[in-house]
Formats: sequence, C-alpha cells, structure tokens
Amino acid sequence: MNMNLTILGQLIAFAIFVWFCMKYVWPPITSAMQEREKKIADGLDAANRAERDLELAQEKAASQLRESKEKAAEIIEQANKRANQIVDEAKDTARAEGDRIVAAAQAEVEQEVNRAKEALRKQVSELAVVGAAKILGKSVDASAHADVLNQLTEEL
Amino acid sequence: MAGNSQEYIAHHLTNLTFGKLPEGYVRQDHDGNETVLTESTWTMAHNGQEAADMGFMAFHVDSLGWSLAMGILFCWLFRKVAKSATSDQPGKLQNFVESVVGFVDGTVKETFHGRNPLVAPLALTIFVWVFLMNSLKWLPVDLVPSIAHAMGLEYFKIVPTADPNGTLGLSLGVFLLIIYYSIKVKGIGGFTKELTLTPFNHPIAIPFNLFLEVLGLLTKPLSLALRLFGNMYAGEVVFILIALLPFYIQWGLNVPWAIFHILVIPLQAFIFMVLTIVYLSQAHEDH
Repeated sequence: MNMNLTILGQLIAFAIFVWFCMKYVWPPITSAMQEREKKIADGLDAANRAERDLELAQEKAASQLRESKEKAAEIIEQANKRANQIVDEAKDTARAEGDRIVAAAQAEVEQEVNRAKEALRKQVSELAVVGAAKILGKSVDASAHADVLNQLTEEL
Repeated sequence: MAGNSQEYIAHHLTNLTFGKLPEGYVRQDHDGNETVLTESTWTMAHNGQEAADMGFMAFHVDSLGWSLAMGILFCWLFRKVAKSATSDQPGKLQNFVESVVGFVDGTVKETFHGRNPLVAPLALTIFVWVFLMNSLKWLPVDLVPSIAHAMGLEYFKIVPTADPNGTLGLSLGVFLLIIYYSIKVKGIGGFTKELTLTPFNHPIAIPFNLFLEVLGLLTKPLSLALRLFGNMYAGEVVFILIALLPFYIQWGLNVPWAIFHILVIPLQAFIFMVLTIVYLSQAHEDH
C-alpha cells in the first residue's frame, strides 16, 4: 500500500472525465429529457383539451339534431295541414263545379222539354186542323180559324 | 499461483508499479542475483519491496490503467447516447442512461440547493465511474492477474478503488472543489471567518476553532477516500481468502459474497456521490 504519483494521475483523470461529462454528456441528455417532459405535458394538455372539445361538439351535435328534428316535425305538420287544406279546397271546388254542371244540365233539359212541348203543340194544332178538315170534308182555312187554333194550342 | 497462502495474498494485493529506483539501489532477481544500479532509473518493480522503495515517484500502472479504461468506457457509452439523444421515444440504451441521469439529477436536486452547473455532471461522473471501477471486483480474483502473468507481468491488481491512491485521487479532486467553491462563494474573508470564528464566535477561541474547522475540513476527503477504499479492499481480501480454500467449497462462499457485492458496489458508489454533493452544498452555504 504505497502512496505515490498514482494519486495525481487519478486526480487528473478525474478532472478530465468530469469536464468531458459536463461539456459533452450532461447537457444533451438532460435537454432531451426536459424536451420530452415538455412534450408529454403538452400532449396531455392537448388530450384534455381535445376531450373537452369533443364533449362540446357532441353536445352541439345533439342539440342541433334535436332542433332539426323539431323543425322537420313542424314542416311535416305544416305540409299535412296544407295538404288537407288543398284537398278541402279541391273538394269544395269540385262540389261547386258539379252543382254548376248539374244546374246547367237541368236548365238545358227543361229548355229541351219546353222546346219539345212547343213543337208538339204546333204539331197537335196542325193535326187538329188536318183532322178537322178530314171530318168536314174540306179544307179548313187555317188562317181563318187561327184564333181558334191558337186557343186550342194554348189549352194543350 | 504462488507457493504458500501468505505469498499468494501478498501477491494479489501488490500493484503493478512503474517508478524510479534511486542510484546505487541493489536489485535482486528471482534467482537471488544482485545488480547495483549505476544511476536512478524508471523501471517496473519486480517485487513489493522494490515498489515500496520507489517511494512517491511511482505509478500503479494497473490502477491507473483500469480506472482510465472504466472512465473512458463511461464517457464513450454516455457520449454515444448523448449524441443520438432524442426527445421522441428513447431506445433501450438511452432509456437506461436516462434513468441513471434522472436518478443522479434527482439526488442532486434534493441535496444541493445552490446553483452550480458543475455539481450534477460531477455527481454523475463519480457515481458511474466509481461504480464501474468497483464492479471490476466481480471478476474472479485470479482471472485477470493470471492473464497478466501469462503476458509477463508479475503483479496485477485490477480494482482501482481497492487502491488508496485511486480513492484519494478522487477525494482530493472533491477537496479542491470544496476549497475553490468555499472561497468563491464566501470570499477569502468569509472562508477565513468560517474557519476561525465558528463554532465559538470569540477572538479567544480562534486557535481552538481553527483546529476544529481545519480538522473537519481535512476529514472530509480523507473519510470519503478511506470509506470507499476500506470497503473495496476488505471485499477483495475476502475474495482472495475464499480463493485459497479447496475448490469444491469455493463457489459456496464466492457466490453469496459476490451477490452481497451487488449491494455493496452500487452503495459505495452512491455514498461517494452523495457525500460529494453534501460537501459541495456545505461549501456553497453562506452563514
């Protein structure tokens, strides 16, 4: 166990290694570690934020969905109402149109009946004249008996 | 292996020494032939006596070599990671290195309250380097010396922290830093005041205070070095003693002792580191 220059050698080696470690080893490793720590912290922050954002977005989506459902229901209701209205209107119009057509037809029929009556009357009077002439054996002057004929016609 | 057990132990506890033998020194080779040196020479010591006679002008080639090797291993490994350090997903090696760095950094932050960019790298260097030097003890005691012997080297002791020179070199570095930062932070006046006027703040007590404080100051590096050395040396001696037993019971003692060193080796490295941080922290405290 001799004490000798080995002490100095060891001291110098120690100094060199410490210097090397301080200059070339410690800074890069610790800075990488700190950087990673920061990255992880940022990542966790971002994750928290994203979670919150997601929650908000979900809420928003749900409310929008609800709103649009309500709106859709409203629109459908309106549409139904409108459809009913249209149908009712159409029914009314159709009914009115039908009534009108029926009325027109009735009027026409009446007119036709009157016309036929008129024609028949005329023919009856003629037949009456012809019949009378046959009975009398001679012709009857229609004009001479016009008033009689007319009276007859009126009576028919 | 050397003849009897005493020789064996002495052999295993002698460092490979390269030093200066004085002029007129009488060297003895293995056959007992004596040669007288005509002038002082730098040479490899052939035996423990020569190593001791070299005095202070000598180097323990094995201690220095292995501590340099371990230090370079540390620098190379950590530098490799530092160069490719990424803040993205780290690889296995980076993960390991980062956990060591994080551990040391945490210890420094807990213990050292001043602001000094040197302390944390210093602590890391001490922790890893001392750990690596200590861990050489896990190698079987005869393995490296017998390889060295085959290469023609008489003595070889590989654990640098089981050499008081190795640990004292480290603690001397710490001691110089303590002195440097004490003066830098407190000023020469403040440091002198601390040495002379504490714990008893009275002019009469100055000699007593000075004695107490200087003693305390000098005890720091000494206890630091001797604690590590003592633990490693004792462990080494026990390993050597076990190696002297018959081979069929060696493993029964060797294995538990080596397992026990899984605790001792990192613990001693850790203690050395923590005490260094504490001492430097004290040096930064201004009263």
